[in-house]
Amino acid sequence: MNDEFRYHLARAARGRLGRRAFLGRAAALGVSGAMANTLLASAVRAQGPQRGGDLVMGLQGGESTNSLDPALALSQVPFCYLRTTGDTLVNITPDGQIEPRLAEEIEASDDAKTWRFKIRSGVEFHNGKTLTAEDCAQTLRRHSDEDSQSGALGIMRDISDIRVDGDTLVLETETANADLPYLLADYHLVIQPDGGFDDPTSGIFTGPYKWVEDEPGVRHVMEKFENHWDDSVGHFNSVEMLVINDATARNSALQSGQVQMINRVEPRVADLLSRAPGVTIQSTAGRGHYVFIMHCNTAPFDNADLRMALKLAIDREDMLDKILRGYGSLGNDMPINEAYPLFDESIEQRRYDPDEARFYYERSGHDEPIVLRTSDVAFPGAVDAAQLFQESASRAGIPIEIVREPGDGYWSEVWNVEPFSASYWSGRPVQDQMYSTAYTSNADWNDTRFFNDQFDDLITEARGELDMDRRKTLYREAGLMVRDEGGLICPMFNDFIDAHNDQVAGWESNPNGDMMNGFAAVHMWSTA
Amino acid sequence: MHPVLTLVIQRLALGLLLLFAASILIFVGTEILPGDVAQAVLGQTATEQALANMRAQMGLDQPAVVRYFQWLGGALQGDFGVALSNGRDIADSISRRLGNTMFLASVAAVVAVPLAIFLGLLAVRYRDRWPDRLISGITLTSISLPEFLLGYIIMFVFSVQLGWFPSVSNINAGMSLGQKLNAVALPAMVLTLVVLAHMMRMTRAAILNVMQSAYIETAELKGLRRFNVIARHAMPNSIAPIVNVVMLNLAYLVVGVVVIEVVFVYPGMGQYLVDHVTKRDVPVVQACGLIFASVYIGLNLVADIVSILSNPRLRHPK
Repeated sequence: MNDEFRYHLARAARGRLGRRAFLGRAAALGVSGAMANTLLASAVRAQGPQRGGDLVMGLQGGESTNSLDPALALSQVPFCYLRTTGDTLVNITPDGQIEPRLAEEIEASDDAKTWRFKIRSGVEFHNGKTLTAEDCAQTLRRHSDEDSQSGALGIMRDISDIRVDGDTLVLETETANADLPYLLADYHLVIQPDGGFDDPTSGIFTGPYKWVEDEPGVRHVMEKFENHWDDSVGHFNSVEMLVINDATARNSALQSGQVQMINRVEPRVADLLSRAPGVTIQSTAGRGHYVFIMHCNTAPFDNADLRMALKLAIDREDMLDKILRGYGSLGNDMPINEAYPLFDESIEQRRYDPDEARFYYERSGHDEPIVLRTSDVAFPGAVDAAQLFQESASRAGIPIEIVREPGDGYWSEVWNVEPFSASYWSGRPVQDQMYSTAYTSNADWNDTRFFNDQFDDLITEARGELDMDRRKTLYREAGLMVRDEGGLICPMFNDFIDAHNDQVAGWESNPNGDMMNGFAAVHMWSTA
Repeated sequence: MHPVLTLVIQRLALGLLLLFAASILIFVGTEILPGDVAQAVLGQTATEQALANMRAQMGLDQPAVVRYFQWLGGALQGDFGVALSNGRDIADSISRRLGNTMFLASVAAVVAVPLAIFLGLLAVRYRDRWPDRLISGITLTSISLPEFLLGYIIMFVFSVQLGWFPSVSNINAGMSLGQKLNAVALPAMVLTLVVLAHMMRMTRAAILNVMQSAYIETAELKGLRRFNVIARHAMPNSIAPIVNVVMLNLAYLVVGVVVIEVVFVYPGMGQYLVDHVTKRDVPVVQACGLIFASVYIGLNLVADIVSILSNPRLRHPK
């Protein structure tokens, strides 16, 4: 790279030289277009955030039934606008650390049952009111209340007492919980004045952008909140989120420059879209996983040998390649992957082994066709995946019969009802939450009917353990137990695939969620 | 009383009766769905006490007949209640959505209806020659393609490749008429292509039907130009079937364009209804159903009245 190239690069990064002109000059100097683009992107990032510009996002996952009440948020668009206009007590950084936000300092008692959060001073709500610890306490109280129908109710259930001590919020839990701060990063728990008790849908939060217009299912417009406490975030003058539920329409909107970012790019078009001028595909390894679940207490799946035979009879590499086009990672029959804190990477990867599968199948003594229920709504490509499974299992001599179920009612009539079905799990911020949502005996959605006292004890012990090495060992044991004895067949984890054009910069992948865990509008900036 | 007036009044009364019957059907339809609104709202968290409380609060403990008339009375005054899913005023949300739907439908209709009739006349004028074949070929092709595919093709050509019009047809109150027209250009184009063939073919068939009549021969023998014969003499006598099919297509433009709304991200009624059906938001579904029924019945009423008025035997009784 010579001086002349460096000179052009610097000018292009500052916006004094157009992108096309820069690429032309780079080509003249013998630097390939792809290389020059990459260098330009990193040079722009090195310039640091620029204030100004307007961001327009095209997002999947919005309905005209959406509400500004954080308790009722479920889909992608409310997730993004709550992240953009609101603040939670803490955030989880991309590498899995706790980042203090509205809580300035966090302190746990030795038994991990009492937690003290010192609330930041000088934080202002969008209506000019100053944030107090009482607002935070009220917010958590509202989400703990059964009547609020909050999506965060499940994670609030552990908290037995919420009180305020001066400028400090004090939380008590029934059992020791070393993960409590992680739970408070949930997007439902954005802090509202008086917890939103008087007006849950007011849209008054403390985030870097404030509400201008709210048309559910159509568009959401926000503008920069000048009095936000943290000036290292929120660089755009305004943010507009257009609800574009149709995948092709989203791609077109990005290609024609009507929007600068889109979420949920389909794996099969991601490569094609990345060839469009100026478009960058951002693929983030996440925690969501595609699964086939067997009920461990229902015949024939109460037979451990049969479960193991099926686990060995699925070709994970092939499925990852064909269903996700490589935009994902291999599953290992446990719901945890390297995107989680405290994951033990030394656990051996289970592979397709028809001979071994045949051995276990014969030992199980089962010889009837095994009925697998699937549907398009289970996960994208679930019907195709079931057929691949059928094919790889038949090579091991295991007959699988596929029953295709209608999408409407799949989650109420088939999943968690029928003994063997296709399903999907989005991840949780920490291992404990994933296991206690779906794998412990008392879990709300124990969809593999996995009842194992030893496992339950492991999870309870790990939850209260503040020594991280010990915790990691406990989670390794628990993970192995699910992997070898449980009813989960997990062929793959899917990536979040988002895309943006070159008018915005500052992307940082975050395994906690798509669109930089919803913070794209908060952390990125305009280069136009 | 003039017999035409009697007929028109009869039609109007029938229309109102039909609308009333439709409202009963809608109400009964949502009534016989398993569960009620209170269960839909409370979902998994429902307990007997909470259900009873909510039923009392919403007046669901009263007999269905009483509730029906309360609902109908409210609807007649433009009060549809609030949506269960997000607590917004239904009349308020619907008026905006309905306005958008009407805007798109009118833009498409203003282009499509005259174009279809003109093409129909042209096809008759050059019957069985290449203009006829070309017109029929193109319109039948466009109606045979699924709407969404037509939408994607048009989007790819005019938005992604040429960059003339936006692919996202989001309109809002702050836009000028010019901006709005620009925004809806692509969906209006697709809708035009979708409804064109039906109306064009009907115009062509209806006119060809009267072209066999003796008076057309007379007109031709008088030495009138062929297009004049078709437009002045044949067309007025075939207006009834044409108006009927035009009205059916207009009704379609209002109530049946949810696919186009999704493809072009247009904030109209269709998407609004589908979202609320998914959430079992019964009051919204009822309100939308009633509005769609009124549009359908209203437009068909217009078609009926126009056919009556276009019949000289009824207009000038002996």
